[in-house]
Amino acid sequence: MALKARAHQRVSNRLRHKVADRLDEGHDEDAATATGILISARDISLRLGRVQILENVAIRVRDGEILSLIGPNGAGKTSLVRVLLGLLPPTSGEIERRPRLRVGYVPQRLAIDPVLPLSVKRLMTLTARRPLAAVRAALAETGVAALLEAPVQALSGGEFQRVLLARALLREPQLLVLDEPVQGVDFAGEAALYELIGAIRERRRCGVLMVSHDLHTVMAATDRVICLNRHVCCAGGPASVGRDPEFVRLFGPRAAAALGVYAHHHNHAHDLAGAVVEPTDDAGERGAGADVAPRPEGDGGS
Amino acid sequence: MDLDHFAVRALVAGLGVAVVAGPLGCFIVWRRMAYFGDTMAHSALLGVALGFLLSIDLTLAILGVTVAIACLLLLLQRRRPWLTPDTLLGILSHASLSLGLVAIGAMAWLRVDLLGYLFGDVLAVSRADIAIIYVGGALALAGLAFFWRPLLAVTVHEDLARAEGVAAAPAQFAFMILVAMVIALAMKVVGILLITSLLIIPAAAARRYATTPEAMAALAAILACLAVVLGLGASLRFDTPSGPSIVLAAAGIFAVGLLPLSRWRALSASLFRNGNSS
Repeated sequence: MALKARAHQRVSNRLRHKVADRLDEGHDEDAATATGILISARDISLRLGRVQILENVAIRVRDGEILSLIGPNGAGKTSLVRVLLGLLPPTSGEIERRPRLRVGYVPQRLAIDPVLPLSVKRLMTLTARRPLAAVRAALAETGVAALLEAPVQALSGGEFQRVLLARALLREPQLLVLDEPVQGVDFAGEAALYELIGAIRERRRCGVLMVSHDLHTVMAATDRVICLNRHVCCAGGPASVGRDPEFVRLFGPRAAAALGVYAHHHNHAHDLAGAVVEPTDDAGERGAGADVAPRPEGDGGS
Repeated sequence: MDLDHFAVRALVAGLGVAVVAGPLGCFIVWRRMAYFGDTMAHSALLGVALGFLLSIDLTLAILGVTVAIACLLLLLQRRRPWLTPDTLLGILSHASLSLGLVAIGAMAWLRVDLLGYLFGDVLAVSRADIAIIYVGGALALAGLAFFWRPLLAVTVHEDLARAEGVAAAPAQFAFMILVAMVIALAMKVVGILLITSLLIIPAAAARRYATTPEAMAALAAILACLAVVLGLGASLRFDTPSGPSIVLAAAGIFAVGLLPLSRWRALSASLFRNGNSS
């Protein structure tokens, strides 16, 4: 029942996106606000020193949708997120944010030095004072209410990611930006975490921009996928991205096949293999290698 | 309190510096900036030379030069990314110290107590020095309190803090100024070469007993004061140089904190038993 409703929601989301796409072609600002665009970036290029990090990237996140940003290591995913958050000025391009957009951010690789004594409670109120009740509620929402007084260095990978997620929720965000939210989390914990992110989106109707190099699991919960490798290789629904030849070239046939099987339980594996067989491209090789990066130890923390 | 007695003046001056150095030192430790603090401290000798040369107030000259060196460092880091911060610090640290020594040596007319600047001469502080230490120290503490939350947030994760609206650059700049202030004040007590130790040792010693950043800062201030009292006491009693004695006292306090707690419990229990039986 709930599943059905969710599926329906996703379909209607996609319909809305189509409408929005058409409206946006005219660059109509009022229409953009009306169609629930939280943040929109066009023609983003970023050059650091002699290295071109991003090239003419366009990305847009809407109310209540989960947008997954995937790509191999070094594709510029985190740089794009930093540009969108206003932490890094792009070399060229424009970014529009909804006025007074509240963003909840979970950065990649937040390691807290053991020499800094920090409890979960103190981490929650790091940048702004918050009533204890709100802190407790946010921790409860991500299932880690019991860890309020724990030192952050004692948390497992999964617990820590949940605490960071609760931190982001404490700001009542309209947009959640999650950079590799399942890093350091084991497989079971990963599935639970994705489920939690999906549930948060349902409950709060906030937009979610999720960065991942892990293709296999991301897709199930996601509405749209943007595949980035310096430029936007392909974009669309999870299933269509998996069939995109550009995607297959980037990540290799095995990733694409796995993805195809995952998103579409019935078929398509041979279809993909047919479209693929050209492993001469080294980008494909690299992508495939990056895709099977070792997963650090850590428990699910549920 | 009898400020006419040199030992009292030394104690008052030392405590004034310790109360500021403890909390600020926590940030040096948390941000892994021990070498950065050392570099700024070394450049203080250049400030001393400049102060004599231009006959301006030494404290102001030291402030100016240390901040300038820190700015130069940040600039070089941005413009020459192929030089690691570590290497840059090593270059600036010793170049500025050497330049200071050469400049002081070149002023042949000047008779200065170089050892006093390098290792501190707290037994020679005047009432005016104490006034500077307390006014400057109060300013530095107020500044630290004001920037505490943004500075801590930036220390934990700069991007996260900035994404949540924390103004990172002002906090980081303020931190640099605060370090420069403490160096200018602490030079009289422990000297240029030992200032960093007064910043980091009490903070490191406090880490073990603290569960929040604020508690660690407060405890570091207390332990720094304890080091000053013990160090000065030893210096007067055994006629050892005051600055190094204070640093040794701090190191002793740190070493005590390294012992496992269980060992302490066993030790105090056995002492207690012996006390009862005898």
